[in-house]
Amino acid sequence: MHAEGVSKKFNRRNVLRDISFALAPGDSLAVTGKNGSGKSTLVKILAGVLSPTSGRVVYEASGSRLSSDEIRPLIGFVSPYLQLYDEFTAVEILDIIARIRSSGAHESARRRMLMEQFNLWDRKDDIVRTYSSGMKQRLKYVVALEHSPSILLLDEPTSNLDEDGINAVRKVVSEYGKSGVLVVATNDAVEAAWCSRQLKVGS
Amino acid sequence: MIKQIMAVFSKDVRSELRTRYALNALLMFVVTTVAIILFALRGEHAGPTVLAGMFWVAVFFTAMSGLSRSFVSEEERGTTMTLQLIASPTTVYFGKLLFNVMLTILLVAGVTIVYLAVFPAFEINDMSIFLLTVFLGSLGLASAATIIAAIIAKAGSRGTLYPVLSFPILIVPLMTVMNATVKSLEGTPFSDAMVDFVVLISYVMVMTAGSVLLFDYVWKD
Repeated sequence: MHAEGVSKKFNRRNVLRDISFALAPGDSLAVTGKNGSGKSTLVKILAGVLSPTSGRVVYEASGSRLSSDEIRPLIGFVSPYLQLYDEFTAVEILDIIARIRSSGAHESARRRMLMEQFNLWDRKDDIVRTYSSGMKQRLKYVVALEHSPSILLLDEPTSNLDEDGINAVRKVVSEYGKSGVLVVATNDAVEAAWCSRQLKVGS
Repeated sequence: MIKQIMAVFSKDVRSELRTRYALNALLMFVVTTVAIILFALRGEHAGPTVLAGMFWVAVFFTAMSGLSRSFVSEEERGTTMTLQLIASPTTVYFGKLLFNVMLTILLVAGVTIVYLAVFPAFEINDMSIFLLTVFLGSLGLASAATIIAAIIAKAGSRGTLYPVLSFPILIVPLMTVMNATVKSLEGTPFSDAMVDFVVLISYVMVMTAGSVLLFDYVWKD
């Protein structure tokens, strides 16, 4: 993953200015900065859901540049502002998302393993609207991880989570820190310390 | 790609059946619009031209109340980003288009049944012209309504913008379907309606191709 001179303006306000870095499998990056410094904006740009005003983010595999359609299945994304379809049960959401992704993840045992890891298996058939904010955050991790992405983007990773939830996230982070690409946007010094590199934005 | 489009469509259908975001709005508008037309006519005998015009007025305003929900509900519930993360813009566009086509066909079928029940003069004399007109008209209405819904979903004053933006874009298909509907009520030969069908098919093709090209930009930011 190469970010090359990424800048973002909202109206006339510069949120991000000339951000550049490169990450390879096994690398992890903590994006830190004050509130409103552009951490979430940068993560959204990396996820491909927001375009930079200037600069670009390039993904490469085996020396060739990946298209946006090739990148999408490689990304897992968790943030407090990401919303799920709460009129469905957890299992229905995971089925719907697996079908839209065409990942076939719903056929694997991985779902059960993740749901047990995030303590959701017993509530898998409950409508998500009845979940607490912490349970919804746990479900976002299952959604983000079920298709085994190579790149994990976490914005405020432990938001709304209790001690067990934080431990489950820590386990995921340590796995991705070894083999995948991990980006964590946070204000928390403990969460920033999970990553091998740090990038301060808005300074 | 087709499997993914059908998955987006199926998600929207299941979501609609649970939440009734659009169906309730459509049903209320059909009832209200037809009631107002009934009061306005006050038992006067209306000819095919007036009835065909009133038919599509009911369809247009009802469609404007419900078809925007496909994108507006995603935006209001904050699920747009989830969809952006899991599906390509083209997949989302065609999934939503299919859902709006289904809603429009249901709506036209509903308005037709109500019209046949309450207006004795609304007598279809050429069923093949009528069926092809409402089918192509539904495609035209849905193709324009889908891209406009995607545009206005990001705006603040969605409710006002939707009919205002849609009307100029829908003038051509609306005039064409009204003409063709008059022909179906009068029972003119099928060949007389061919020009209307060619216009409608061309409109659907141009609108869909333009929407696919535009949608990437509308959807992402």
